[in-house]
Amino acid sequence: MITKAHSSEYPADTLLSVENLTLRFRGQSNDVVDDVSLRVRRGEVLCVVGESGCGKSVTAMALMGLLPVGSTRISSGLLKIEGESLCLVDTVVPATLRGNRIAMIFQEPMTSLNPSFTIGNQIAEAVLQHRGGSKAAARERSLEMLARVGIASPEKRLSEYPHQLSGGMRQRVMIAMALANDPQILIADEPTTALDVTIQAQILNLIRDLRDETGMGTIMITHDLGVVAEIADTVAVMYGGQVVEQGPAADIFADPQHPYTIGLMSSMPRLDRPGERLSIVPGTVPTVAAMPKGCRFRTRCAFANEICGTRPSLCDVTPLHSVACHHAPLEAHIEVAV
Amino acid sequence: MSDVILEATSLVKHFGGSDSWFGKTPKVQAVDGVSLRVRRGETFAIVGESGCGKSTLARLLMRLLEPTSGAVMFEGKEVSSVSGDALKTLRRDMQFIFQDPFSSLNPRMSVGKLVGEPLEVHAPDMSAQHRRDKVAELLRKVGLRPEHAGRYPHEFSGGQRQRIGIARALASGPKLIIGDEPVSALDVSVQAQVINLMGDLSRDLGLTLVIIAHDLGVIRHMSDRVAVMYLGRIVEMGRTEEVFANPRHPYTQALLASIPSMDGSDAARRPVVLGEMPSPSNPPSGCRFHTRCPHAQGRCKEESPTLGSYEDGVACHFWETLAIDTPLPIPSPRSDATQARFALYRAATEGGTVTHKKPQPETATKQHREDHL
Repeated sequence: MITKAHSSEYPADTLLSVENLTLRFRGQSNDVVDDVSLRVRRGEVLCVVGESGCGKSVTAMALMGLLPVGSTRISSGLLKIEGESLCLVDTVVPATLRGNRIAMIFQEPMTSLNPSFTIGNQIAEAVLQHRGGSKAAARERSLEMLARVGIASPEKRLSEYPHQLSGGMRQRVMIAMALANDPQILIADEPTTALDVTIQAQILNLIRDLRDETGMGTIMITHDLGVVAEIADTVAVMYGGQVVEQGPAADIFADPQHPYTIGLMSSMPRLDRPGERLSIVPGTVPTVAAMPKGCRFRTRCAFANEICGTRPSLCDVTPLHSVACHHAPLEAHIEVAV
Repeated sequence: MSDVILEATSLVKHFGGSDSWFGKTPKVQAVDGVSLRVRRGETFAIVGESGCGKSTLARLLMRLLEPTSGAVMFEGKEVSSVSGDALKTLRRDMQFIFQDPFSSLNPRMSVGKLVGEPLEVHAPDMSAQHRRDKVAELLRKVGLRPEHAGRYPHEFSGGQRQRIGIARALASGPKLIIGDEPVSALDVSVQAQVINLMGDLSRDLGLTLVIIAHDLGVIRHMSDRVAVMYLGRIVEMGRTEEVFANPRHPYTQALLASIPSMDGSDAARRPVVLGEMPSPSNPPSGCRFHTRCPHAQGRCKEESPTLGSYEDGVACHFWETLAIDTPLPIPSPRSDATQARFALYRAATEGGTVTHKKPQPETATKQHREDHL
């Protein structure tokens, strides 16, 4: 199924792109992920941000081919890795990609490590699976990886079990395992959410260092705008399974356009403005079945009117920054009387 | 009546350390000599990483756990010695909000029953009709609708469940509410709703709040005073404003430096504290932070620094000589257009009337994207 792409406008340093990914789960009348297109370039960190239930993780799982085949229907989607493309409709993502060229780490490092095998065993398994070779070589590689992710006395850790490690260490082990086969793309699904701030800072620094060393592209899924500001080169804001705004991180923070992006930023307690009443995004994300037609954010949007019954397409604000809102930029289209 | 509502003196809680069939269990020094004072009407925050003993401290303050030694005084009465009716009064005056709104509500009880239960306990003489009215009033107070009383917890979202938890805590008419990570399980937009609600309630009802949290942004936003805990001890305490502007303890400095900045322009590498917190079953000697402290000296291993105060202080031998090089990450100023946009958003979500200007012809910069990539 993998064919060489022959499109000429495809930027040379793009590592991975997914185009028009649309999928739904069996028995549901609405798409969980709706026409999502993302792109990661070499050495770039793309952050996908949004509340729970916005389709961030499902998008990542689809790229990894981790969604249950029987109950998922992908109706469109083209995955391109370094110019090779793979149509995601009715395909199983081959193991030559998953875990090898695209690797993934998860939010909860305790539940994603097998409690009954040693750390060394689990990392070596990933190496043997994809590269083959001798067990001794795989062990050598595991040692090297543990040292590389900053684990002290890796020799000793190799023969320990996951419960003997702290949360931060387990996440380092997960990263070591993910990177053991030198993937080009790392997908990190809320990698620091379960960790303390000081450990979070260490893990973010580690991911940044590894990116600089290897030039891997990273897709980081998070709901924490602080983490986004810290590490992202580009940002895609998702709501209700759609990308509502995307662009370079600096632009998104300096010039947010979509009411949802503005709402998320206003909800964050700011260190420089303590005690000020927080602006909120009213209500919660509707369930997939209750998702409104047209702009999916309109049920929670203070600016929605009848135009929002039709779906807004992503429009350019600048060549790199785009937003899907009929009313953007707000100040040109809206007046509010208090 | 004194201005101090809650006071803890040299609180110690050790777990384990007993002999069992499997040998001696390790003794975990969860809380080790904590003294603090909470004043009436203020919001007091306790911050620290997981494993620092902050949740144990909260439970000790409420007497959900018995301290190994030390005392807690609530309104001048010793919490650890009361029993019978006095304990019941104490339970009425102090309430708890739990972190996880999914596991802290009984799934078999309707919301009306959940919120009404504290009333049954603390006001048994109340008529059923009166109780229903009171439940409806409480639900309205926390932003839910009275008709929600007939539903069950699974029918609600996380934020709504946390509101139910708050209504339940308010039911007995408490003077003090202790919240153990009340917003950390919630999404950021929902978190903001609950933070606003708690701020409103503490102001309107004159409640004293003790908030346990690990999110420094939330603490900065909500609290008047803050205590920073590390491995069972308070290392720094003071007015939130001052602690954030001028952190004195190296651990506080490290914590503040670890906050991801909201400044999207530059991800400069700030100093990161090394390593992880040692186990509370085998804490380091002397100053417990010395194994991770960049400024540690010989004395720190030997001698344990003390806070020396119930209200304000820093437990570090050398804090006066340490240079403070961790300015707070202050977000870069926003452009006029962006500020206008945020102001519009705030006005609109706070009930302003939205009018849409006449549609203008599509401007040149706003073209439909044909090629997404």
